Order: sequence, then structure tokens, then C-alpha cells
Amino acid sequence: MITLNINKKTYNVEVDPDTPLLWVLRDTLGLVGTKYGCGVAQCGACVVHLNGEAVFSCVTKVSRAAGQKVVTIEGLSVKNDHPLQKAWMELDVPQCGYCQSGQIMSAAVLLKENKNPTDEDIDAAMAGNLCRCGTYLRIRNAIHLAAEIQRKGGKNQ
Amino acid sequence: MKKQTDRYSLHTKTIAVFVTITSVIVFMSFGLKNEVTTSSTKNENIIKDSLVSVKAFMEVYKVLMSPRCMNCHPSGDVPLQGDDGQLHISLPKRGKDGKGMYAMKCSNCHQATNLEGLNKPPGHPDWHLPPANMKMVFQGKTPNQLAKQLVNPKTNGNKTLQQLIEHADDGLVKAGWNPGEGRTVPPMSHEDFKKAWITWIKNGAYAPRSK
Repeated sequence: MITLNINKKTYNVEVDPDTPLLWVLRDTLGLVGTKYGCGVAQCGACVVHLNGEAVFSCVTKVSRAAGQKVVTIEGLSVKNDHPLQKAWMELDVPQCGYCQSGQIMSAAVLLKENKNPTDEDIDAAMAGNLCRCGTYLRIRNAIHLAAEIQRKGGKNQ
Repeated sequence: MKKQTDRYSLHTKTIAVFVTITSVIVFMSFGLKNEVTTSSTKNENIIKDSLVSVKAFMEVYKVLMSPRCMNCHPSGDVPLQGDDGQLHISLPKRGKDGKGMYAMKCSNCHQATNLEGLNKPPGHPDWHLPPANMKMVFQGKTPNQLAKQLVNPKTNGNKTLQQLIEHADDGLVKAGWNPGEGRTVPPMSHEDFKKAWITWIKNGAYAPRSK
């Protein structure tokens, strides 16, 4: 039995400790906001937060998350009002949307550690998140906008 | 007259002593022409043998310049990957402490152990590059440059010679010999590398001559 703290809720799951966290989130717990893209930590679709750090859940064993604080896209904010979510909606960032959970989760770590990121900082932070639809320009603009919203008082959990 | 004679005699003796000392220095420098002592070996239980030391270092050099070591000692701020020195996929950056930046920290993908399967990230609990203020670059270094860098505490992570010896058994160093599926190991066993490493250091940690 593995106890997980996900989005401030406690779950007890009976899974193999080597199961990737991604599959526990999606298949066992039904939290399908986090996506499977490659399974080898090369696309970023699966990014979630583990104790505030972005991890690629497709290669993170659930045992690593036992007793730790996990946040998925569903738990980034209570009312979908995280500065990044606001900016994403304002600038109409997604096309197909598949990569966007991972994009937002990676960007959230950037904005937590850097309140005023430059384009170079965004490159460094977001390089692990691929978008086959090519929404990179809008992602970059949305991160800048989210930083501005955050500086003006929007909350970044 | 006697005083003048005494003065000349003293002058002659001084010249003779000076010439003798100079000759000794010249002869000694010929003996050290091909090797350079790279370390202060006081109190280190070191017996100097430059030929043995340099020969051992050339074995060490083969390992340190192999992909499993050099990939994490790049000349730039992006680690290398694979066996052909390509830049690491997704271009993670070194960061201030060598552990990556923002959502691209090393441990975000590299777990505590290797993951099974081709192309999955290899693992170690402390996956990192050298920090930005002491990059400990291997890539592009000649044997002479690398040897000097390795024994200088200002460029080797503040290590004494004894700590350098112990570094051969560092967990992340040894991980190079357990790199995960699809990756080659260094060109000799860890045991042989360690033997060469210690031989190099304990015989004076000499650097091969610059070419």
C-alpha cells in the first residue's frame, strides 16, 4: 500500500512501487489531465510537481512520490485562476491542447523561482516541453503575461 | 698587499660557489625536461617517479576523455549525451550549482537508479555537473592541461591529493561503469582505472609534456 498526497488529498493505492507515477495518476486515480507523450522523458507532456519541483512522471516511480507532495494540472489552482491559466486563456495559447498541461506545469516552476523571466530563462525552463502544433510563440508570450499578472498580485501556488 | 690578496681570494671563492650552485641547477633541469611536477607533495607520502607517473596518467586520460566521463565535464553549459558528444536532448543548462535550472533540473528526469529500457535516463541520487564557478572541464583538454587542472585545488573542487585518490570511488564516478542499456563503458575496468589513477598520484602526479 502506497500513500500519496496529490493536490492536497490523500490516496492509498495498491500498485507495484516501480509503476511510473503517470500511470498511477491516470489509470488508478483518474487524474487524466497529465498526459502520456513518449514514456522516456523526452517530451514533457507528463510533467507534474513533486515537492515543488517539476518531474517527468513517465519515468518517476510512484515509490519516489510516496509521502511526498504531488501537484498535477488539476491542482494548480482551485478556480483555474493561476496566473498562467489566466494568461493561457487570454492569449488563446493551445491548439490541440495535448502538451499544454505539461507546458503550464513547467512554466509554473519557472515563475515560482523567477518573477521576471527573460526569454533566455524561458528557453532554459521550457526546453523539455515539446509542442507539435508549434504554439511556442504564444507560450512564450503567455509566460511573460503571467509574470506580469503575478507581479500585480495574482497568486502562484 | 695582504689585504688585497685576501679580498681576491674571497672573491674567487664566491665565484666558485656560485658556479657550482648554477651547475647543479642546470644539471637538475635537464633531468626534469620531459615532465612537470604538478603538485606539492609535502606530507603526502608520495615517492616521485615521473616516468611511472606520466605513463599511468596517459591511461587515466583515456578514461576521463571517454563519453561516460566527458559527457558531464563539457566545455559549455549543456551536458553531452551518447557516444558521439552530441548536446544533451532538450538542452538542459548547468545552472549555478550544476544541478540544472527551473523545470529542467537534472533530478527531474534522472532518478536515483538507472531506469530499465533503451533511451531511458540513467540514474544516481546526486546527478549533476560541476558548478558554474568551477566547471572542471575535460572536453578539449590536452593531457598536460588536464593533469594540471586535476591536481590544483583551485580547479579540482578544492580536493587534496588524498581526496583525489578517494574520488576514484565516488558514487557518480563509478556510475560511469554502470551506465544503463545502450551506453558504452569506459575503455578499461574501474579497477584498472583506479590502479592507474593512484599510481599517477602516488608517483608525483606529474603532467605529460605539452606538445
